[in-house]
Amino acid sequence: MKLRNLDKFDLIFSILGGAVLLFVIAPLFSMVIKTPAADLVATAAEAEVQGSIFLTLWCSMAATALFAVSAIPLAYLLARKQFRGKRLVIAVIDLPIVIPHSAAGIAILGFINRDSLLGHAAGYFGTSFVGGEGGIMLAMAFVSIPFLLSAARNGFLGVPVRLEKAALNLGASPLRVFFTVSLPLAWRDIVSGLVLMWARGLSEFGAVVIVAYHPIVTPVMIFERFGAYGLKYARPVAVIFIAVCLVLFLVLRLLARERSDVAR
Amino acid sequence: MLRVDSLTKKLGDFEISNVSFDVGEGDYFALLGASGVGKSILLEALAGIMPPDSGHLFLDGKEITHEKIQKRRLVLVHQNQSLFPHLTVRQNIAYGLKCLGRTREVMRRKIGQLAEAVAIEGLLDRYPPTLSGGEAQRVALARSLAIEPRCLLLDEPLSALDNHSRHELRALLREVNRQGYTIIHVTHDFEETISLANRIAVMEKGSIAQVGSPQEIFHHPRSEFVAKFIGIKNFFHGELNGQMGEADSFRTGNFTTGDLSICVYTDHQPGLGHVCIGSDEIVISTGKPSSSARNIFAGVIKDISNTRSGIEVIVDIGREVAVLITPESLVSMGLSYGDTVWIEFKATAVKFFPK
Repeated sequence: MKLRNLDKFDLIFSILGGAVLLFVIAPLFSMVIKTPAADLVATAAEAEVQGSIFLTLWCSMAATALFAVSAIPLAYLLARKQFRGKRLVIAVIDLPIVIPHSAAGIAILGFINRDSLLGHAAGYFGTSFVGGEGGIMLAMAFVSIPFLLSAARNGFLGVPVRLEKAALNLGASPLRVFFTVSLPLAWRDIVSGLVLMWARGLSEFGAVVIVAYHPIVTPVMIFERFGAYGLKYARPVAVIFIAVCLVLFLVLRLLARERSDVAR
Repeated sequence: MLRVDSLTKKLGDFEISNVSFDVGEGDYFALLGASGVGKSILLEALAGIMPPDSGHLFLDGKEITHEKIQKRRLVLVHQNQSLFPHLTVRQNIAYGLKCLGRTREVMRRKIGQLAEAVAIEGLLDRYPPTLSGGEAQRVALARSLAIEPRCLLLDEPLSALDNHSRHELRALLREVNRQGYTIIHVTHDFEETISLANRIAVMEKGSIAQVGSPQEIFHHPRSEFVAKFIGIKNFFHGELNGQMGEADSFRTGNFTTGDLSICVYTDHQPGLGHVCIGSDEIVISTGKPSSSARNIFAGVIKDISNTRSGIEVIVDIGREVAVLITPESLVSMGLSYGDTVWIEFKATAVKFFPK
């Protein structure tokens, strides 16, 4: 679109759109340029920072993988079946998006503390969700699972029912139809949902900080350093974490696209 | 082999009601009807995709009304083929064989045989979105034949194809039927039906209007709908008057429809019924003819239109009558809308069917 070909409509919308883009990019860009390279190198070398980033990536990834096992079948049911209370179920699934994440943390803490059924069960195996990786994963999953459910449901809705019926008609069991037709054809959206869930889990602070301040995940570490030492000390951790997430996010997106293109 | 007994299915405002027919082993059975008449719903009910509200379905004497879709071996080929887009042609054909637990060697042999039979050997490693309509339909057919179904259910398989592909696929379907496969073929095209089926069921508003051989349907349409659907334009309800006679003895009678009286030569007894007159058996002229024809009427031209088989002139003689002429006749007679003309046809050209 050449500039001289822009009409007034395009021009106004481009300016408005540009303002939003600037709003997103400017703070991040400012943060990066205000962080000296020496500080970045020194912070990246800290074992505590490395451990925290690894823990955050691992917990979010594990939470995504664990909950995908039941979230994907639920998304399929919501896409294909009609049942009483379906709208209510869909509304409940979206709840974690609308409630404050600190409140979500309180709710999860009540659910997994040592006096709860789940807490007792964990205690039986000599572990505890509160203040542990298990609790962090649960908190991350709670706030991020709507992204996977929504994307997977949309993916399954996009698979023509006639293809599933054709597979049944050729003698396939419903389970085989799911794994050989529905899942591969909805894969692109499901991967997109998985990446979103993982990314949302990585960035979670409110719920995680209530369930487990330690072991310390990176968003909590950034907050801690900001509170204790100020902006200058918190910035390098934030920049490194954003860079790591961005690279992983792009790689996963590219891999998912390649795989989906082959499948189609 | 397949017996459909009083099958009823309501779907929103639409309903197929009390549908019954039998399909014999090796039959090529066509379900003929206009779009939206319920043909596809009926086919899906047979395949088990859509359970009927009531009625029964028997296959080889065994009731399969509530049999699981996977167990029926009544395989449906959709108009839009429903090939799996993420699988190659080879994987599509192998799909049903895998479900049956066939070995790799059996699958390889079977795919090779089918690919040769439907002429898709060069397409086996292609993905469905890259195929033409005709190619995709051949693949869909091969995929269905792979599991050796008891009956093939074809839902308008030729309607989305170009003329060349349609002719090729018709020949292929005839060949498949000759190999002993029973076929139920849903279509709205009478010409397609005539060229393929040995038995036809005409559907009207969710019910079966008539079942019979193509000859029976064409020569003895039981209702105006059937007659119009198979291309008979001149179909009139009325009453045959005249002397009672012995059965099987032909005599002349007058058939009255509205204010019009038509001379009929028939062996039926007087009574209510309907007549058909082939539009190619009526002669049109600009002056009053003098011939042996017993039916000569003056009328006004109401419409002139091109059809695949010639020029159709609609003449109002008290009832609108369609007359088929050649383009040369139209030019030489200089016919145009509103002209007064004469039409004539023999009493023997009028077929009477009692109610």
